[in-house]
Amino acid sequence: MRTALIIAALALPFPVAAQQMDHSAHGMDTPATQQQDEDPHAGHDMPSEEADPHAGHDMGDMSDDAQTSPDPHADHDMSDMQERGTTEPDPHAGHNMGDMQESDPADPHAGHDMGGMDAMALPQSGPPPEAFSGPEHAADGIFSGPEMAASREQLRREQGGAINSLISIDRLELQSGEGADAYVWEANAWVGGDLNKLWIKTEGEGEFEGSLDDAEVQALWSRAIGPWFDFQTGVRYDYRPNDPDTAHLAVGVLGLAPYLFEVDVAGFLSDEGDFTARAEAEYDQRITQQLILQPRVELNMSGQDIPELGIGDGFTSLDAGLRLRYEFVPEFAPYIGVEYQTDLGNTRDITRAAGEDPDRTVFVAGIKFWF
Amino acid sequence: MKLTSSPIDRSRRNLLKGSLAVGGMFAFQSMMPAWASPRGLAHAPATKTGATLTGEDIALSIANSSFLIGNRTGHAVTVNGSLPAPLIRLREGQNVRLAVTNHLDEDTSIHWHGLLLPFQMDGVPGVSFPGIKPHETFVYEFPIIQSGTYWYHSHSGLQEAMGHYGPIVVDPAGADPVQYDREHIIVLSDWSFMHPHEIMRTLKQSPDYFNRQQQTLAGLLTGEGQDVEERLRWAGMRMMPSDIADVTGATYTYLINGHGPNENWTGLFEPGERVRLRIINASAMSIFNVRIPGLPMTVVNADGENVQPVDTDEFQIGVAETYDVVVTPREDRAYSFVAESIDRSGLGRATLAPRLGMEAPVPALRERPTLTMRDMGMGGMAGMSDGEDHSGMDHGSMDHGDMSMRDPDNAPGIDVNPGVDMIAPNPADRTGDRGLGLENVPHRVLTYTQLRSLDPNPDPRRPSRELVIHLTGNMERYMWSLDGRRFAEIVEPIRFARDERVRVKLVNNTMMTHPIHLHGHFFEIVNGQDGHQPRKHTVNVLPGGYVKFDFTADAPGDWAFHCHLLMHMHAGMFNVVKVRPMDGEPT
Repeated sequence: MRTALIIAALALPFPVAAQQMDHSAHGMDTPATQQQDEDPHAGHDMPSEEADPHAGHDMGDMSDDAQTSPDPHADHDMSDMQERGTTEPDPHAGHNMGDMQESDPADPHAGHDMGGMDAMALPQSGPPPEAFSGPEHAADGIFSGPEMAASREQLRREQGGAINSLISIDRLELQSGEGADAYVWEANAWVGGDLNKLWIKTEGEGEFEGSLDDAEVQALWSRAIGPWFDFQTGVRYDYRPNDPDTAHLAVGVLGLAPYLFEVDVAGFLSDEGDFTARAEAEYDQRITQQLILQPRVELNMSGQDIPELGIGDGFTSLDAGLRLRYEFVPEFAPYIGVEYQTDLGNTRDITRAAGEDPDRTVFVAGIKFWF
Repeated sequence: MKLTSSPIDRSRRNLLKGSLAVGGMFAFQSMMPAWASPRGLAHAPATKTGATLTGEDIALSIANSSFLIGNRTGHAVTVNGSLPAPLIRLREGQNVRLAVTNHLDEDTSIHWHGLLLPFQMDGVPGVSFPGIKPHETFVYEFPIIQSGTYWYHSHSGLQEAMGHYGPIVVDPAGADPVQYDREHIIVLSDWSFMHPHEIMRTLKQSPDYFNRQQQTLAGLLTGEGQDVEERLRWAGMRMMPSDIADVTGATYTYLINGHGPNENWTGLFEPGERVRLRIINASAMSIFNVRIPGLPMTVVNADGENVQPVDTDEFQIGVAETYDVVVTPREDRAYSFVAESIDRSGLGRATLAPRLGMEAPVPALRERPTLTMRDMGMGGMAGMSDGEDHSGMDHGSMDHGDMSMRDPDNAPGIDVNPGVDMIAPNPADRTGDRGLGLENVPHRVLTYTQLRSLDPNPDPRRPSRELVIHLTGNMERYMWSLDGRRFAEIVEPIRFARDERVRVKLVNNTMMTHPIHLHGHFFEIVNGQDGHQPRKHTVNVLPGGYVKFDFTADAPGDWAFHCHLLMHMHAGMFNVVKVRPMDGEPT
């Protein structure tokens, strides 16, 4: 029952992620050799990737055949042809028809339809065999081969292979309510390429008058699994002055959900065998170009009672905040806001039993900056 | 005054007087190349001014410089110490040897944009040659077999964004079919005090960093941009209707012949003269809307190729495109020449005037355009009318949300990976569309379908095949690619057989305009002007639309093919075109 509850809870934010992962079936792959697996027509016999220098441009199987044989239809599975329309070997036929419809009423250059007609009749075959003749790299015949190889490698790296990085202090804030004032930080940093990054997260809190409550650091491999989402996995290390430190395995997704919500959902398995999970969502509502209102929600849950942390199984806590920040420049913005923090379920009872108030409202003030 | 003792001619002295009247403006202009002087150039090429380079032997020196704009000085990479670089003025039929010396501590190169030449002279490191090492000289040598307006720029790193660009004019061997009395060369560009690598890194960190014209709640309340329903629909698809330009006036100062808007570069005319303006967009990242309020323009040449004259009031010029227009100002007054960035975040401004020191009103920046369903590749849907009104849209079809916006079946054969955030569901031929944001301006706007080449197309053969190339990207990750592949991923080159005639269809699966450039060849835009299709080296592909071009792969060798938005190229929107067999090889 408990587990079911947690799974259900996790499932709430997860449909988005699940959808992303579906897309990612096409995307998990950088190596070109895997492309065949993702081909929607993967049912058929295709020549090896090496034989197909145009897989990216042409209509998949059609062009593959064209390259291995001068006859574009030789040893081609006719059932595949039918899939595309036997009489019209243009796999775009459907779209072109759309174009034709589109240009009817409003298009001032309806004459182009004839161009479209021509195009429909043009085969989308690969290049003729002579296009593969001669040296692979023309400049090698004129300039030093090693120098050309080095400059090719530099060119390749520079067009899309860059390593970038970010350090973002998302919240560095003072929280003031009943009781002692507290400080909170939350920061993200990453370094890496477009699809794979090393991602560091840290957050923690403490009292100004007292000590640090807790601090955590996560080191994650972050892998793009869709246009808007990364899968993240790695380790999390918690430091608490009054308790033994805890290490966790962390698995989660982070990204941009439909309607532009920034979402970060992760599950953690501790070295004590405890399972916990956390879901965060925030949204930037731009009031003016520089004034931004940010609702932010964080929901925590636990798979079991963890007495030393004062939490019970089930949902443990919910923070719901509203922060108003002013971006002097996009990379530097002070903010003020209010946050409602409440313990949930069994945790709520534990908090009460300890003589503390399970509901708190705090005013916050802080800065967000990145570089 | 000491200066008067030096031998300067009368017109120069007059200019100096004029400069005093306008507060030292000329002092700035005097550092500009002579071809950018307010006097313009005589009809014949200048022969002796230092900054106009002519003849068969030309020396160019690449070095670091400082560049002053406003009150700030930045770091520039220049050619012969000027920004823009010297005008190279050649004549069709001559040979030229260009000795390029690299005084930088990094490699450099020069690509002769639009010139037809042997591939090893094309100047792309890693494709045509190994590049020019620090403190070495490379001699380019090739015959000039064409005429028109072109330009040159670095193809190394991001030097092009730091001032390493200049104009080329090739005068025709015979009579010029364009009639004019005076000409001015107008080089449009964008300047930032941020290092271009820093700009690139910032875009990777925060792709909308430079967009300071986003949709806001305040705007909603005052009726700007989209209504609530539309905003929700776009947000549901995670698409940004205000994303018009990646790098904007937030960091750019837009330059005309190296002058910021306040420095007001001025080109002179005598009322009644036919003035030819050779307009080159040498920007790194800026597409411009060009107009001269009160002065109609006659477009006579596009990308160096003559076209049948088209009268217009405004045109959108993609990065690396060139347009020659003839204007005939009849009144004795000043006219503002305005190059407004596509997202309306800033403008380049110059003045055409009968005398120095004159000014005309500079039009205010217009409202930032808002993307429409047509820019999303819904353009092919019946009932759509240029994106003005979407009430006729079948909203039911949008219920699929991003699924229908990223359906791999709509782009068979391409790798729909995390670097691809959209597949245009029904892209339209947009060669007849006005440029983004110009749909409703109340005057004439040039479209590609209006361009008709003066000369018949040289190769009347029907293409033997069609090649579809998808322009792809992910705005959120700032990834850009061709067919879903960044060049860094080791992509297969695009291969053509020598003299093969091919139709290429460029499908834009992104919501940005991409100026796509093919090196070493001219292609003919399939725009309905059969037999007189305009021949270009660079073509703007509008968001969610497609352009088809026919071309003859008549230049053997390896050639770059890429988006000319520099950061897009640098992010991977690049590939190599290979034309085989080479000379002297058996087929």
